[in-house]
Amino acid sequence: MGNPMKIRAAVKDGVTEVKVLMQHEMETGLRKEADGSLVPAWFITEVKAQHQGRTVLEAQYGQSISKNPYLLFRFKGGAVGEKVTVSWTDNKGDTRTDEAAISA
Amino acid sequence: MMNSPGREAINMERRKALKTGGGIGLMALFGALGLLQPGKAFAEWNKTAFSSKSMDEALTALGVAAPADSDAIKLTVPEIAENGSVVPVTVVSNMPNVEQIAIFVDKNPNVLAANFTFPSGTEGMVTTRVKMGQTANVVALVKADGKFYRVAREVKVTAGGCGG
Repeated sequence: MGNPMKIRAAVKDGVTEVKVLMQHEMETGLRKEADGSLVPAWFITEVKAQHQGRTVLEAQYGQSISKNPYLLFRFKGGAVGEKVTVSWTDNKGDTRTDEAAISA
Repeated sequence: MMNSPGREAINMERRKALKTGGGIGLMALFGALGLLQPGKAFAEWNKTAFSSKSMDEALTALGVAAPADSDAIKLTVPEIAENGSVVPVTVVSNMPNVEQIAIFVDKNPNVLAANFTFPSGTEGMVTTRVKMGQTANVVALVKADGKFYRVAREVKVTAGGCGG
């Protein structure tokens, strides 16, 4: 099921800033073990963020995104206590969804 | 000429590369199948774009013809990255109606790092972190009001981010 994300969402002057730290190895598929065998590719391919059920950001990731991906974005609107939900899917079909309440 | 040993060796390398590429393709396919499950509304992962080995190839796969250079995009990257495995990248576009921001590392094995889609109401900015195998240009592509713009900045990498 993947490890939990850390999500912080804060509203200021009518704009909500969302910071997400996902936990994922993000293996490129190009790295080799000590014995020379390739470590299979394993990385997040899709990320989606929603505010009260409305999509506010969609992303597709490749192998060049760093381990434990960090994401920051902003959307108009949002009120204290409302929910921001973030989901990811990786190339093995694993998914993870977490949510956070918007703070001031 | 065709059968010289050198040529043979190159072909073997190419076969190996094709084989590896095929494996990744298959996994991407499984990923795509996973996305077809009910309740998921993701657009299909653009395998062709994310497997592209050059900027031109990646832009073609994203359906971009000739992006114009623009000063209205602010691309913030470190001048020197001591650790190529974690390079922070911030793209801020001061254009109205930003629909898409894509981030590339032009010398990485797969040049496209991320492709963000912005519904209306979401600001045309994003921060992420990318891996860089060597000194290269980080390129930001922005689609605003249906038109594509780009900006590039070089990041000097002192230690690569691909294995060690």
